Parts: sequence; C-alpha cells; structure tokens
Amino acid sequence: MSTLPEQGEFYSRDRRWHPAAMSQDYKTSVTRAPQYPLISLENTASEITGPVFGHNDIAATDNDLLTNFAQPGESPIGERIILHGRVLDENARPVPNTLVEIWQANASGRYRHKKDTYLGALDPNFGGCGRTLTDEHGCYHFRTVKPGAYPWRNRVNDWRPAHIHVSVVGTGFAQRLITQLYFEGDPLIARCPIVNTIPDPAAVEMLIARLDMNATIPLDTMAYRFDIVLRGRRSTLFENRLEGN
Amino acid sequence: MLQQPHYLKETPSQTAGPYVHIGLAPGAAGFEIFDQELGRDIAGPNAKGERIRVEGMVTDGTGSPVKDALLEIWQANADGIYAHPEHAGAVEDGFRGWGRVITDFGTGEWGFDSVKPGPVMGRNGNIMAPHINMWIVARGINTGLNTRIYFEDEDEANAADPVLGIIEWERRRQTLIAKPSIRNGQTIYRFDIRLQGQDETVFFDI
Repeated sequence: MSTLPEQGEFYSRDRRWHPAAMSQDYKTSVTRAPQYPLISLENTASEITGPVFGHNDIAATDNDLLTNFAQPGESPIGERIILHGRVLDENARPVPNTLVEIWQANASGRYRHKKDTYLGALDPNFGGCGRTLTDEHGCYHFRTVKPGAYPWRNRVNDWRPAHIHVSVVGTGFAQRLITQLYFEGDPLIARCPIVNTIPDPAAVEMLIARLDMNATIPLDTMAYRFDIVLRGRRSTLFENRLEGN
Repeated sequence: MLQQPHYLKETPSQTAGPYVHIGLAPGAAGFEIFDQELGRDIAGPNAKGERIRVEGMVTDGTGSPVKDALLEIWQANADGIYAHPEHAGAVEDGFRGWGRVITDFGTGEWGFDSVKPGPVMGRNGNIMAPHINMWIVARGINTGLNTRIYFEDEDEANAADPVLGIIEWERRRQTLIAKPSIRNGQTIYRFDIRLQGQDETVFFDI
C-alpha cells in the first residue's frame, strides 16, 4: 500500500485563470467549445488516481532532442538550449516521478508532422519531441534547439511566437495538463490569439520561460527555466471519506 | 497580524494544437523515434473480465468530424481497482488502465480495445457504475475536456450511479451512455462525442 501522506481532493480548478473555452480571435475554438456549463464533480477515486510511469517506460536519452533523432555525429540546426525547471503543486510541494513530454517546431518553424506543409525546411536531424520523468525534487530537464516562429491560418497574418508544447501527467487524472511555453522577450507573445485566450496577464507570465544564465553551459548551450504548477490537494484535517466504510 | 494563506497558482492551459501527435503519438505524426510509445496497450494480456472495444467520433458544432483530436482514457480493472498506489487492491500484472487514442486523420473515427471495468467505490460508500474516464484535447480546445463513458447494458447500475444522478437532464445523461453491438463475436460500444450543438456531450469540471 501507499506510503504517501493521506490526502484528499484536488483544489478546484480556477476556471477564470485558465482560457475560456471560446475565443472569437482563436477561430477554431468557436466551433469546438462546449456551450453548456461543465458539470461540477466532487473528486472520487476516478479523478484522484492516475497512471504511474517508471524508468522502464522511457529511455534515458528521450529527453535529449539534440541527439534523439539526429544521425550519429550530426546535430540539428538552431540555437542549442537547455530547458529545465521543477514541477510543483499549488502547495509548492514538488511532484516527483511524473511524466513530462514536450514537442515543438524546429528552428525554421516547421513541425515533423505529415499535416504540416509550411515552407520552412524540415531538419533531417531533428524529430521535435522528448519525454522524461521528474526526479525526487520535481526537477526535469531537456536539451533541444530554440523553435522558430511560424505563420498559421487564423487571421491572414497571424504568427505563433516561438513555443514548446508541454504535457504533464501528474499524480491524478484531475491534474492532467497540456500547455505551451514561450520565450522571454518575444514581441509575438502579446499579439498571439492563442496566448490571449488567457484573460489574466499574470497567468500569461507563468508561461514565459526565463533566460537562466546560471544554467547555461559556457561556449556550448544557453538555458531557459520553466517551472510548472499542477493542482494541489487538500490535507485531510477532518475525515472526509472518499471510499466510505 | 494576519497571516495570509499562500498558494501557487496552477499553470494555465493552452491548446494541444494540431500537432499533438508529435509529442504524444509520434508514430501517427509520421515518424518513429521512441522504443515504445505510451498508452497503446490499456489492459495488457493478463487482465480478467470481458474484452471490449469502444469506438466513436468527435464532432464539432457544425456536425463535422474532428480529425486531429487525442483522447486519453483512464479506467479501473474488472474488479473496480485502479492501477495506482492510493487505490486499495492489486491489479493484474501488465494492467495499467490508461491509454492514448487518436482520431483518424481521414475519417475522424477512433477506437480502442480494453476490458470492461467493474463498479468502483465512490464517495460516502456509493458505488459508481462501470465507467471509463476520458480526457479530450485538440486544436481549438483551450483546456482539455473531461467526460465519462458508461455502458448501456449496465442500466441498473447506471440508474444508481451518483455521478449520472447529478445530471439533471435525462437527455443530457444519455450522451454518456455507450451503446453495445456485436461484430464478429466481439462487443463493440459506440460512444460519439459532440463538442457543441444538438446533444452536446456532458463534460465535467473535475
């Protein structure tokens, strides 16, 4: 049985902090956003539990996008960066051993995906995805290249700021999160209809990775820091039995 | 002096976008990179219980198929146990109860193979009818959508289910009920997901 401290439900998600389902400026959301209110559900075992992963599920090199698709001895083109940070919960406790997955365009803004037809060139040495498990302190790191901006069909002259997609599984199905990180100083961030689905500028700030000179490798690789916060859980100060008996 | 409680804010969600497959199912994006992709085998070879297949389509507010969605599923085994250290009981060796499913780029159809989950103990000792939890992400979905798949042939358990019971409208409750049929001797459940419009699927804030 578990050695985890006994904990209760996840804190309710602050839906005004997250993007609204529908945004007129992000056109695809208009026909894909539910119209009815979500039905609020108190957590049960179905929401508090979630899949558990181990080091047998992934390879140790899966977090190195500079090498995980490159020919031997070759490297992808682009700014070499380390992307690192911690996964914490809303109580500021680390979330250890959780699966973090990323995907991104290459340095010319092109995705290795059969549906992407952008003019930017594919890089034969870059796949564009990686995955890792956080360590006991909730820390994770990847090595990759900085992605390029690219145009997309929304308004005729919309360009996505350089971004990396980040998926975190968490410890319970209710913690599941997918988001995107942006890079400090990019003037496209403020113009992006997808960024602007988030109503609060303080929430957008949480998505901006910061240049981290202390983590760079001199003469080799720059570094950006991106911390991720998942939903926290109540302490069971008074018994609120989820499973009865 | 008052002490204010200090909590961090959750990282806000952003859409998974049209190329979610690169990160979570790269084989579907068109290239092989990892030794094993996660979430392909939900129940494993040793799971007890009835082998089932669940199929459906995700449609948008115009009634058109959504061809770039990714679905994650999370379910208990046939004994109603989740493969998680906080859930009492053991599951079969190789049973994870978690999977990733993508909608077909051409047709928008999706499907997965698993075992039918058992009833799960819910809050305050109320038993939940067999169900599969689902999370849906795609381009145009800003925050992943949570829903549940229930089974039409569990009508007695469904009638007593505390989660279905909080949905006020019988017509909306029906959007969570998968309909069985038999194909080549195997039970296939149909579960169509409507993001918007007539008979919009019930989505939960969990």
